Amino acid sequence: MVNWTRICRVEDIPRLGSRRVARSGATDVAVFRAADDHVFALLDKCPHKGGPLSQGIVFGHSVACPLHNWTIELASGEARAPDVGCAARFAVKLEGGEVFLDAAELAAK
Amino acid sequence: MKKLRLVLVGNGMAGVRTLEELLKIAPDLYEITVFGAEPHPNYNRILLSPVLAGEQTVEQIVLNPLDWYAEHGITLHLGKTVVGVDRQRRIVTASDGKGGEVLAEYDRLLLATGSKPFILPVPGKDLEGVIAYRDIADTEAMIDAAARFPHAVVIGGGLLGLEAANGLAKRGMKVSVVHLMPWLMERQLDDVAGGLLRKSLEERGLQFHMGAQTECLLGNDDGRVRALKLKDGTELPADLVVMAAGIRPNTELALKIGLHCANEGRGGIVVTDTLQTVTDPRIYSVGECAAHRGIAYGLVAPLFEQGKVCATHLAEFGIGRYTGSQVSTKLKVTGIDLFSAGNFAGGEGTEEVVLSDPYAGVYKKLVIKDDKLVGACLYGDTVDGSWYFKLLRDARNVNDIRDRLMFGESNIGDTGHQGHSKAASMADSDEVCGCNGVNKGSICKAIKEKGLFTLDEVRKHTKASASCGSCTGLVEQLLMFTAGGDYSKAPAKKAMCGCTDTSHQEARDAIKAHKLLTIDGVYRALNWRTPNGCASCRPAINYYLISTWPKEALDDPQSRYINERSHANIQKDGTYSVIPRMWGGETSSSELRRIADAVDKYQIPTVKVTGGQRIDLLGVKKEDLVNVWKDIGMPSGHAYAKALRTVKTCVGSEWCRFGTQDSTQMGKDLERALWRMYAPHKVKLAVSGCPRNCAESGIKDVGVIGVDSGWEIYVGGNAGIKTEVAHFFCKLKTPEEVLEYSGAFLQLYREEGWYLERTVHYIARVGLDHVKKKVLDDHEGRKSLWARLQFSLDGEPDPWFEHEKAAVDTRQFTPVGVL
Repeated sequence: MVNWTRICRVEDIPRLGSRRVARSGATDVAVFRAADDHVFALLDKCPHKGGPLSQGIVFGHSVACPLHNWTIELASGEARAPDVGCAARFAVKLEGGEVFLDAAELAAK
Repeated sequence: MKKLRLVLVGNGMAGVRTLEELLKIAPDLYEITVFGAEPHPNYNRILLSPVLAGEQTVEQIVLNPLDWYAEHGITLHLGKTVVGVDRQRRIVTASDGKGGEVLAEYDRLLLATGSKPFILPVPGKDLEGVIAYRDIADTEAMIDAAARFPHAVVIGGGLLGLEAANGLAKRGMKVSVVHLMPWLMERQLDDVAGGLLRKSLEERGLQFHMGAQTECLLGNDDGRVRALKLKDGTELPADLVVMAAGIRPNTELALKIGLHCANEGRGGIVVTDTLQTVTDPRIYSVGECAAHRGIAYGLVAPLFEQGKVCATHLAEFGIGRYTGSQVSTKLKVTGIDLFSAGNFAGGEGTEEVVLSDPYAGVYKKLVIKDDKLVGACLYGDTVDGSWYFKLLRDARNVNDIRDRLMFGESNIGDTGHQGHSKAASMADSDEVCGCNGVNKGSICKAIKEKGLFTLDEVRKHTKASASCGSCTGLVEQLLMFTAGGDYSKAPAKKAMCGCTDTSHQEARDAIKAHKLLTIDGVYRALNWRTPNGCASCRPAINYYLISTWPKEALDDPQSRYINERSHANIQKDGTYSVIPRMWGGETSSSELRRIADAVDKYQIPTVKVTGGQRIDLLGVKKEDLVNVWKDIGMPSGHAYAKALRTVKTCVGSEWCRFGTQDSTQMGKDLERALWRMYAPHKVKLAVSGCPRNCAESGIKDVGVIGVDSGWEIYVGGNAGIKTEVAHFFCKLKTPEEVLEYSGAFLQLYREEGWYLERTVHYIARVGLDHVKKKVLDDHEGRKSLWARLQFSLDGEPDPWFEHEKAAVDTRQFTPVGVL
């Protein structure tokens, strides 16, 4: 049984943009909103040099890291070839316009 | 839905490249079947010469290993020759030569049957030991013969023949070259360069018979060739005869199935600009077998350009036309440098610039017509080949650089990274790309092993020139040296990014012509392939919209790079830097006190004086940005933006005993008139009060130097990646004129520049004459440019204080949730 934690309303995240969820003692989690209102969550840390993905430009279902322009797929966290690497992925639930993250995952990852 | 069926006949470079392009854009559209007559997967035919010369192995030149075909679900029939096509029922029939047949149905058929060597119709042509030079089998036969026999004759002193002769000589054979024409490589070189080439090949032990015609080939009792007899009666001993007297498009199959083939020129399957055969639109043809506008190309770059266009049509995008290619040539004989492109022979209406130093073995000829470079022929020193080729393809007006053209790109001030301009003379361990730490060796290795042909591919695989781009010229040279002259040069019209085939200029034009006001509108009107672009095209389009339609098009912060979205500069650890504006580099005790207090209050770790006469606060947390701005209470310095940065000044006549003009006041006035000005790239100004030029005006986008009688204006300088001295632009009398002329120049740049193009590159592209015409000669035009800039800037908000008006989403400064 997943313990979903409410984070925000989907409108709180700019379309083609991202917001950060701050965690004490752990790296932030970035929540992204695509143009089609799909919502994704990744660890806010590029697998390349640790850049904050939440600050990148979102396009399609991808984000470009603001530091060195690696493209990260939002659904999988995988870097687009030929770059290799993966940002940790978090489960997201979108229900009634509200965004939820998995509490257990937020505590563990 | 059932997939469409695509059958490719010809498993060579052109056909397979077309498939690669197709799979990139429409990976699931077709069920693909490939027929190849050779028993090998697709390999790099260009590199057969290094294989023959023993510099590479056959395995090393394979471009698409068998795994690649499997990975993409392609059915591959190797060693099967297509013998017929039933165009009514759309069935291809192939034979394995042993009575076995394979059938394949198609919806689209792609013919890439390549070319066939031209075999001289002389007696003895069927003797054993007489071969062409076309594929791996020929190459292996030559290597085998070199191990067993002493004498070889190559018929044909063209590119292929000389590479064959060189390879055989390197394998220990005594080689004679028989050439019909008076000098070598007459299709690529003029008589002088051809003569130099002959001399240097003779020094390597090759023998030449020029203007010589082959009478017949003589055999021994075993049916193997033993000699070649010339028309004049001379007999040349030959255990191996290589026919390299040219190639002809392989149209055997096309003719058999009733496709229209050209009779003119070298022949070929006649195709349209969409690479469809004129006879049957279901059948496409690319590569050496295709005749496009009367030309059947024999070099790889045009074939790849054809492949790209063909793929977009196969993918049903219906966009892109192939309109022909410019080609350049380089001989792949190690140690011999020659390069030719375009109309190197000159002729009616052309002028020639020639440099000849027979002792050093250097010869260069440039052919100019109507102020444009139309041809180049270089021997001995080909460092600038890629540069000349670029000038030629871009059809750039070279009038302004004509006197220095012969001395190459490095003489135009474009010295390349770290002063390197000659890729050939660099050691493998020398760094080419300073941003990503890539050395020459690893770039060459990637080009060879991964079969890279384009700058883009090299960037993707090695990261070289993928960041600041200053080493692009070097990387292009390496491509040319490593892949031969056949590498695919970035076309003159370059797509903005992978989302579109639209170029920057076309996007600008469309936005203006159709009054497009939104990014979505642009993407729809120009048929973008992606729904909301990418991190490369979206910021560019956003800039084009707001610069073309000020006060009408809305700025979209989500389409701006993070620095321009948060109005601060992101640092490697995710913190930001804050640089407040100090007009003309002047500050005061109260400003310094507020800055000092903010540094203490927000525990800002580093305070640094910048090169632009301002103060940089580094390591500010994003959450603190708004408060830091507020506490400091100074305007945004836009140090994070593609916009006006600083106006650097010296103290000028107010204090300096040498000062002739009040440069500080001039600088402040310029900065107040121009701040908040977004531009294609960052813009830096400087004003010096006398010719000692303490503000370094010579390396700024606009540099102003006060002299006793007024002000000198310089444009297009750059202190960055490549130091570039600004061009003298004009001399003016009054400060009002300085404002008007500088503003008009910058507005022209804002309206015509491509995104991320600095003024230096903009001027290099359009020519200084163009800029002078618009700003200096056309008085009305200048005044209206200046008026348009003032209109654009009027009432523009300071993003540090007027958040709503500047469309700053302040939610970004706080986390959406805290756990």
